[in-house]
Amino acid sequence: MFPRPIEKSSAGAQRSYKIALPIALLIWLLPLIAVLLTSIRSAGDINSGNFWGMPTSFNMIENYTAVFTNTEIGKYIWNSFRVTIPTVFLTLFLSCLSGYALAIYRFKASMWLFFLFVAGNFVPFQILMVPVRDFSVQTGLYDTVTGLVLFHAAFQAGFCTLFMRNFIKALPHELIESARVEGVGEFKIFWYIVMPLMRPAIAALAVLIFTFIWNDYFWATVLVQGDHALPITAGLKTLNGQWISQWHLVSAGAIMAALPPVLMFFAMQKHFIAGLTLGATKG
Amino acid sequence: MSVDSTIEQSYWKKNKLKIAPWLFLAPGLLMFLLYVIAPIFQSIWVSFYEWDGLSPKKFIGLANYQELIDDRDFYRSLKNNVIWLVLYMLAVPIGLFIALFLNQNVWGIRIYKSLFFFPFVISQVVVGLVFAWFYDPSNGILALIFSIWGGRPPAILADEDYVTYGIIAAGLWPQIAYCMILFLTGLNNVSPDQVEAGRLDGAKGWRMLWHVILPQLRPATFIAVVVTIIGALRSFDLVSIMTQGGPYGSSRVLAYYMYETALSEYGYRMGYGAAIAVVLFLIMMVYISFFLWRMYRQEKSGG
Repeated sequence: MFPRPIEKSSAGAQRSYKIALPIALLIWLLPLIAVLLTSIRSAGDINSGNFWGMPTSFNMIENYTAVFTNTEIGKYIWNSFRVTIPTVFLTLFLSCLSGYALAIYRFKASMWLFFLFVAGNFVPFQILMVPVRDFSVQTGLYDTVTGLVLFHAAFQAGFCTLFMRNFIKALPHELIESARVEGVGEFKIFWYIVMPLMRPAIAALAVLIFTFIWNDYFWATVLVQGDHALPITAGLKTLNGQWISQWHLVSAGAIMAALPPVLMFFAMQKHFIAGLTLGATKG
Repeated sequence: MSVDSTIEQSYWKKNKLKIAPWLFLAPGLLMFLLYVIAPIFQSIWVSFYEWDGLSPKKFIGLANYQELIDDRDFYRSLKNNVIWLVLYMLAVPIGLFIALFLNQNVWGIRIYKSLFFFPFVISQVVVGLVFAWFYDPSNGILALIFSIWGGRPPAILADEDYVTYGIIAAGLWPQIAYCMILFLTGLNNVSPDQVEAGRLDGAKGWRMLWHVILPQLRPATFIAVVVTIIGALRSFDLVSIMTQGGPYGSSRVLAYYMYETALSEYGYRMGYGAAIAVVLFLIMMVYISFFLWRMYRQEKSGG
């Protein structure tokens, strides 16, 4: 344990540590706290410049209702769900299969294909932008939720294949060998023997992909134009242009955009961190 | 008929270990080739053309790259990317510092850890909006701090000299959280025996950190550096949200400049945009190759 456990220090040091913790947290999260407070302020507070004092009135319901009734934000959030959830399923489907292929079978191209997935996962989005947009326009996928889902799933397959492959590689290989000796078919081995063991990996990837895709802004801007398919990130940018200096509305909108991944994170924290820190302990 | 199917069956039986992996791979690999690998080559190809996205492409050879050499906006974006790379690296030591601060076993520490991690979970669009408002010279907290001392606040996002630094500061917030969580996980796995041994040898504080802890945190440090470099080179969201590259293009980075060239009201110059993307890709390739090379060594050694 490093640094030295605080319990072994003097009572004074322990007390100051316990005081320092909440103060540090308060400073660290000050931007969020400010947004939260602003989202419940009245327009009067905003106009008179009362951003940092106590709110003169509690306008939470008014502000959030205003955001939902005067703008398309409800639709944007709905679009984000329509993009994010199918992407999670499709990516998991693709990467379970490809990760399994690269982890279990020994064939010449295996390592090179694996490197291809890993390398592709790191490329800058801009090198893909022009052809992917063009392809989407040609196939009628431009400005549709489906187009966004297909791209996201394909791109995320890179990272997820890496993750799945390493996870499956760490499973006991004898399990598969003995099933083969018993004459169990290849697909059955995958489905009945390996899949049940992959649950933790699937859970970890599901939360990670959910967060990544929900927060995606670049592709939402490049592949979508109209309100009918615009996700919340790009939608918020549009709204920000309309709400000049109406910071109470901007804040309420920002909170709404941030909420789903935050709830997801708190609900599945253990899996989220396990997924994110893959490779931080060994290798 | 029955002979046929037995031949088929035995063919499958004999070769199933050769065919099966390709069946498993097919859906993922095809999608990945279609949407990620092929577009890289298409972009390189497009960079030799003049194209507005609609009318026929016109081959112009290296003209796009020649134009880049004399393009001051390109150099400015490149320079900003370098500033991003250098300053973004601060996320690694700061993340380590916060991880060390939180690596205790007091009551409620788990909640503290998750709350410190919070900024990483939020969309960069939200982070950008929040910081833009922070810097707002009439209402922001920065203005408030300056007014306490009676000073006039700088309009950070409207000042060509400060704007990039202002955006990077916003970007550091989630990135520090990310590095912190990597180090916290790494610290969990630091061997207590070695720490004890170090203590017996009289090592503590900085010496302990440097000689005993950091060597054991190497995997975490490596990942933190990799994700930070990639984050710095990918920076787009914050620039787009906070300034749209302004004022006068002074906060553009390559990713944003490329987007602006290829897809904005300033004109649809797909070929020129692709050329910028190729440059960004080549820079990234240096890091990708290094990463792959390290992975290759590990795979060879049976890791």
